[in-house]
Amino acid sequence: MNCGVVVFPGSNCDHDCFHVLKHVFKLHTEWIWHKGGQDLSRFDLIVLPGGFSYGDYLRAGAIAQFSTVMKEVIGFAESGGKVLGICNGFQILVESGLLPGALMQNHSRKFICKTVLVRVENARTPFTQKCAEHSVLNIPIAHHQGGYFIDPEELRRLEENGQVVLRYCGSAGEVTGEFNPNGSVGNIAGIINAGGNVMGMMPHPERCADPAWSNLDGQLIFKSIIHSCQNGVSV
Amino acid sequence: MKVRSSPDITPDIVCQHGLTLEEYRRIQDLLGRVPNLTELGIFSVMWSEHCSYKSSRYHLKKLPTEGPRVLQGPGENAGVVDIGDGLAVIFKIESHNHPSFIEPHQGAATGVGGILRDIFTMGARPLALLNSLRFGEPDHPRTRFLLNGVVDGISSYGNCTGVPTVGGEIYFDPCYNGNILVNVFCLGLVPSDKIFLGNASGVGNPVIYFGSKTGRDGIHGASMASSEFDDSSEEKRPTVQVGDPFTEKLLIEACLELMKKDWVVGIQDMGAAGLTCSTFEMAGRAGTGIDLDLSRVPRREEGMTPYEILLSESQERMLVVVKRGMEEEALALFRKWDLDAAVVGEVTDKPVVRIFENGNQVVHLPVELVVDGALDLERPAARPTDLDAINRIDLTEIPEPVCGDEVLRKLLASANIASKHWVYEQYDHMVRLNTLGLPGSDAAVLRVKGSKKALAISVDCNSRYCYLDPFYGTQIAVAECVRNIVCSGGMPIGLTNCLNFGNPEKPEIMWQFAQSVAGLGEICRFFDIPVVSGNVSLYNETLGEAIYPTPTVAVVGLLEDRSCHTTQWFKESGHLIGLMGLTLEELGGSEYLSVRFNRVEGKPPHLDRVLERSVHEMCLALISEGLVVSAHDCSEGGLGVALAESCISHPESPRGAELHIESTIRHDACLFGESQSRILVSFPENNREAVEEKARIMKVPFAVIGKVGGDSLVVNVNEEEFIREEVATLKKLWMGALETYVR
Repeated sequence: MNCGVVVFPGSNCDHDCFHVLKHVFKLHTEWIWHKGGQDLSRFDLIVLPGGFSYGDYLRAGAIAQFSTVMKEVIGFAESGGKVLGICNGFQILVESGLLPGALMQNHSRKFICKTVLVRVENARTPFTQKCAEHSVLNIPIAHHQGGYFIDPEELRRLEENGQVVLRYCGSAGEVTGEFNPNGSVGNIAGIINAGGNVMGMMPHPERCADPAWSNLDGQLIFKSIIHSCQNGVSV
Repeated sequence: MKVRSSPDITPDIVCQHGLTLEEYRRIQDLLGRVPNLTELGIFSVMWSEHCSYKSSRYHLKKLPTEGPRVLQGPGENAGVVDIGDGLAVIFKIESHNHPSFIEPHQGAATGVGGILRDIFTMGARPLALLNSLRFGEPDHPRTRFLLNGVVDGISSYGNCTGVPTVGGEIYFDPCYNGNILVNVFCLGLVPSDKIFLGNASGVGNPVIYFGSKTGRDGIHGASMASSEFDDSSEEKRPTVQVGDPFTEKLLIEACLELMKKDWVVGIQDMGAAGLTCSTFEMAGRAGTGIDLDLSRVPRREEGMTPYEILLSESQERMLVVVKRGMEEEALALFRKWDLDAAVVGEVTDKPVVRIFENGNQVVHLPVELVVDGALDLERPAARPTDLDAINRIDLTEIPEPVCGDEVLRKLLASANIASKHWVYEQYDHMVRLNTLGLPGSDAAVLRVKGSKKALAISVDCNSRYCYLDPFYGTQIAVAECVRNIVCSGGMPIGLTNCLNFGNPEKPEIMWQFAQSVAGLGEICRFFDIPVVSGNVSLYNETLGEAIYPTPTVAVVGLLEDRSCHTTQWFKESGHLIGLMGLTLEELGGSEYLSVRFNRVEGKPPHLDRVLERSVHEMCLALISEGLVVSAHDCSEGGLGVALAESCISHPESPRGAELHIESTIRHDACLFGESQSRILVSFPENNREAVEEKARIMKVPFAVIGKVGGDSLVVNVNEEEFIREEVATLKKLWMGALETYVR
């Protein structure tokens, strides 16, 4: 299985994603430079990591959508390749139109870095198939613009299609405002496209996937992807 | 070639440049001529307190800076300490106090930027940031604005550069109402044979400028940081620079890529005093000269004068000397990262810096004169006359509380003791996957990838103690910082300091400074911890009111085995709680006196250095042998607060505890006094004999004082209940208090 991690000049979780793919899961992993020109067709998975792509002084990801590499990633996704956008990667996916909706400033208007709980709403995706349906994962968030927004009509469609994959919740899986860290509509923490090959999530699975820590819930996301790349979606 | 002259330099102009007439005469004598205005500008920044350390150098010379692990002591951008396995750590703490008071967001942000550059300039990838922040009273009208601005500035800059901010400390005290402190620490990791220095050696080698363009911002920042504030300080806002963390991120990556090449000769960032400082210092260290052509410097705006280009403190700029012939490769690398870059000069053999603009020579100055020519002052020092009265305290005047509940609640809700999660959750403290010990325990702990090792880092200073006794107050800051390190399982390997004081021209302030440095030197020698880098910030005064002396220290510790990493919170019901050290009847300078009686009086707690060292050794032995599962140092708020924190700081499940303490002293002193050299530990009952045996062998007073369990913290003194509080209540108070001040 070949993995590629996109490096925008302001990416800063690129090393973490690379580390987990290559050193924890022992996958063949390469860097993909933002200025483009690499043939992406050999990859099974492309990760858009967290960070501040081009500084993000404007809306996060607003500049990145115009980068050469994103044109290539869009082509890769359109031909069915799997793309995982984490944090800034999610913001870029939304800005580039690979995923619907928008990510707004946290309602606290502050950056938030802490471990939160998310409920798996759809465990039949290539990114979550190793999770139990409605199981609760412990995953850190670290963002300033993580409030997911989409209009009611489109939200209804997302829900009906099972495209809402993760929601912020309490320890018993309760999805209420109390457990919503950033003001996301419907506590949404992660969504998938209609084709089921592009997922964006604000929480950082790579931050809880290295055995140096006791919390390894993030491994379930990577194990799901590996399993689906090797065997397809088995659910 | 003749140096361009400029209009007559009047005493007024000299004064506006922050130089005394004595210093101006010295310049003329040493130079043998009258300097032009640009040259005067160069002297004004290079001879400023900030750059020249003219008031402090005499004292700093007395600090111990060497040790078997020290690869680089003070004098470079940062200190370097060997950690084995072919690796070294580079670290330093630096202040950005004055700019942060004028413009908190940008002041703090550029403080982070500056310290990051000091670290990656030497070849290290920055691994962690910490900070020590001091604000005025929580309810002072400006505090909320300053705290929010500073935290926001640190958050935006640190988070964007992808360097985790893993810990720190925040104190509030009226003495900082008019002069806050923002001290920022950075540590980087580097292969020990790949350390880069700020040397401009090799005659004929090109000097390359890279990073952001030069603008008119920050001109005379170093001079601003070398004077007191008055009512017009707001007008100094234009001297505060504006940070661009995205460019900093590009600089980090470009520099680390550059340093893999074997043709980099020397490199330095442009910090205080900008292009001037890096040019002169790089030549100074190599004993060479530099010819600089200002017309090639990338500029943000048209029409900048040589004076402005040389004194600009625009951020995110670097100067590098490479081997002759490699300039094109260097420029191509900077283009890859979309950074501005240009060859701006050449190394010469004569130790003189010559600066040209469009073919005209505008500066011609001997390097040594600028770098080392500042006066070495031994300013007069005198003990403050009112200190004796302040040190006197009659405990019989202080009513003893019958029950400790209310005091404990008040202390946990005091801004100085309350949980700082509101702050550290705004910092990305996890990025780069090294943070084993998250913020909220005694020290931050970081793994060293590719080895079994880990690093523990803590910053500390109780400035109230330093005000009451700068010598012992400073020693306590070091002792407590080391205690934080050993509680996390680390062995101290090096120290860096940021000495924040008032106006050194006042003998009382100079006395505080001299006492503090003497105390620091003595305790570091005793503990055998080298001082490898540091920074001095003087003139922390507004309208003649000085801050308390605040010698912030940061200690770095090494864990040979990262699995020995220990946290402060109780782990399991049934575990025994033990206290190392002695509790004396001491209340001087305590948070208790301040919170309950609004008094800052008495003497700081007694420090027994020998006992302190034995406690460190015992704690490390207990941890490395796996005998204890938690360790927490007793500091502000004493044993009572340490117990409460061990109960409530567990990130998931707080635990109660029941204590039975035998005591012959006042109950308030027993629970809330701040006696030094005490560490609270917990351990399974099976280990009791081994732990007690260790205490006997190591001659450390030790007592088992209670047991973990239940939903409440219950403290009985001499079999009488003194405290009974539900841990859930305590946790809520402690977690929520800070937010009530900042919202």
